[in-house]
Amino acid sequence: MKDFGFTMIKQRTIDYDQFDGRLLNEVLEMEPSFKVCLSCGGCTATCSAVDLVSFNVRRMNLLLRRGETVELESEIKKCMLCGKCMLVCPRGINIRNVIMLIKKSIPKYKTVTL
Amino acid sequence: METNPFIWPFTIGLLFISCFLIIIVSIWISGLSHIDKSRIVHSIFTRKSLLAIRETFMESLLHRKIFRKNLVLGYMHMSLAFGWFLLIVVGHIQAWNYYRSLSVPAYKAIFFRYFVTEPATTLSEKTLAACVDLLLVFILSGVMLAYFKRLNSRVFGIKKTTKLKAGDRIALTALWLIFPLRFLAESVSAGIHHNGSIVSQPTGQILSSLLPVHSLEMPLWWAYSLALTLFFVSLPVSRYMHIPVEVVLIFLRNYGIRIKKRIDGYSRIQVYSCSRCGICLDSCQMTHAEIKDTQSVYVLKHIRNKNLTDEKLFNCLLCGRCQSDCPVGLSLNDLRITQRIESTKEYNSSYEYLKNGPVEVSPQTEVIYFAGCMTHLTPAIIKSMKEIFAVARVKYWFMDEDKTSCCGRPLMQVGQYEAAKKLIGHNQERILASKANKLVVSCPICFKVFNEDYALPGITVQHHSEYLLELMVNKRLPMNKMPLRVVYHDPCELGRGSGIYHQPRLLLDEYAEVIPVKNEKETAFCCGGSLANIKIQMNERNQIRDEALEEYLSYRPDVLATACPLCKKTFAKSNKLPVHDIAEIVYMAIQEKQNLQKTEYKKEMKMEFWK
Repeated sequence: MKDFGFTMIKQRTIDYDQFDGRLLNEVLEMEPSFKVCLSCGGCTATCSAVDLVSFNVRRMNLLLRRGETVELESEIKKCMLCGKCMLVCPRGINIRNVIMLIKKSIPKYKTVTL
Repeated sequence: METNPFIWPFTIGLLFISCFLIIIVSIWISGLSHIDKSRIVHSIFTRKSLLAIRETFMESLLHRKIFRKNLVLGYMHMSLAFGWFLLIVVGHIQAWNYYRSLSVPAYKAIFFRYFVTEPATTLSEKTLAACVDLLLVFILSGVMLAYFKRLNSRVFGIKKTTKLKAGDRIALTALWLIFPLRFLAESVSAGIHHNGSIVSQPTGQILSSLLPVHSLEMPLWWAYSLALTLFFVSLPVSRYMHIPVEVVLIFLRNYGIRIKKRIDGYSRIQVYSCSRCGICLDSCQMTHAEIKDTQSVYVLKHIRNKNLTDEKLFNCLLCGRCQSDCPVGLSLNDLRITQRIESTKEYNSSYEYLKNGPVEVSPQTEVIYFAGCMTHLTPAIIKSMKEIFAVARVKYWFMDEDKTSCCGRPLMQVGQYEAAKKLIGHNQERILASKANKLVVSCPICFKVFNEDYALPGITVQHHSEYLLELMVNKRLPMNKMPLRVVYHDPCELGRGSGIYHQPRLLLDEYAEVIPVKNEKETAFCCGGSLANIKIQMNERNQIRDEALEEYLSYRPDVLATACPLCKKTFAKSNKLPVHDIAEIVYMAIQEKQNLQKTEYKKEMKMEFWK
């Protein structure tokens, strides 16, 4: 078949009736500073890993809040924990702790989203 | 030989603690790696053992490090430890001398005045009896100080002290009772049998005139024996386990055994060697941010009690101030990192995306320059370094100008050892492929890991402060001393972490005026920005930073100099004074001189033109 550069978009509907917020709640409880994230993207702009691989710290926030744990797990492993994001964060969020908390707890809450 | 039933509690207690210590130390030593075991076997009959004996004498008995901290506190510890040690030794010599035999059981020496009722006759007996009396008075002076310390610890230079557990309380009470009871028992016996010496005899006479000494003698000797037993039995569950274990630690340390990246017998020995003196509480800057339960002494206590939480384990800056203050010389930072490795080993990353492309470096390259992630957030440092390289005509390869992975130290600090190894392997390959023989690093965090955990044969790793000093000494940099008052802040990873205190000061001294401050070098403050702490909040970091800044500001410097991009960034945020990296200051001085030369040259040219 001729490749026109178009692909089929995968169904990405999120069923909030089946939303699993356990990981999110645990992270917010252990690191309350994460509540004030305004998704400015400063963290992503400065990230050392971004230069080497497709990685987006801000997207981590989105995935976590949507409960997309499978995707989140593969994303979070890319972080090198260098701490640049923490220094540029305008809200002073302890991003490294958020990452470590997710890394620690994600095997517990991993669910397959459809 | 005559005996008395009161010797039994003491003898059983002594037997119990001896067996317990032999068993537990054997378990710990068998938990060491093969290399460490062979280290012990090969060092046991060498000079290292003599050095260990000397250290045991200086630290475990004389408590030299505590003397340096505070004289009264040092005297208290010395009188109890050294006094008790001498009392046991002299007591045994006394018993050997009296019974003319070396196989006298321990209780005969400990309860000598009870069993030997006749007064000392020969000169040697009299001298030994007087020695025992004086030693007892020496120890009692320490016990009195210990009572007083509970009322007012500030006199002893201690602001904060640890809370005692039940086991500690029992052992402490026993320790407080042992010597007064012995003194009373000996005095009462002296009052009855007139067998005392210079101190116990007069005390005995006074007591016999006031009290019914005959009915007191037995209860006092029983009480003394029971106090000793209580101390022996409560030792394993109390902080006083440090007394015997510290000796083992000193020997193993002298044999070259160090903390590993995993928990082993040696780390257990370190944990049990903590005396919970609380000296680390006073040096910890976390208290400036009202964080008072995560200090080393508490973490070691929780490790021992097996109830350490991540919240406490990770809430530490790993600045190393407690480590340089610890009178036992525990490797507190490494111990905490090992614990972190254990706690996070289930979830390390593999960084499969790291791919090494060909490294294209010109063969004339003298130096590999690695700025580090943090330095990329302080571009002034990178700019200064580039300019200095140009001035000194150094051919360099800027390794992490773009697309380079982190050095691995931040991962190492939070215990992600396996993950860090991946980054280390990746960077190592690139560095070795470059064929240069010098690596200059601008960030002390990277510097420490390059130095300690990378295998870079034939490559010298230097922090830029060392490198710039070298350039200056080799006259490759112009000199210009600016009229600038500078306070130099020692970064933790460069100072206490890598032992580099003098090079930055020597360098700075050539370009500006360095003012010495109270807390510098080994006791230097942490800026509060440390990456090792993943639990601390930004406002708490700021409090720690402000406390440190307050001291620096009291010296009214024009500039706060540092050699770490993270310290610079942390201090600069306060907006209280200009903060510059050492490279920036050097470049500023060079630039000033160049500008001056240019103006002078222009003037000369003008003069020549008008002539």
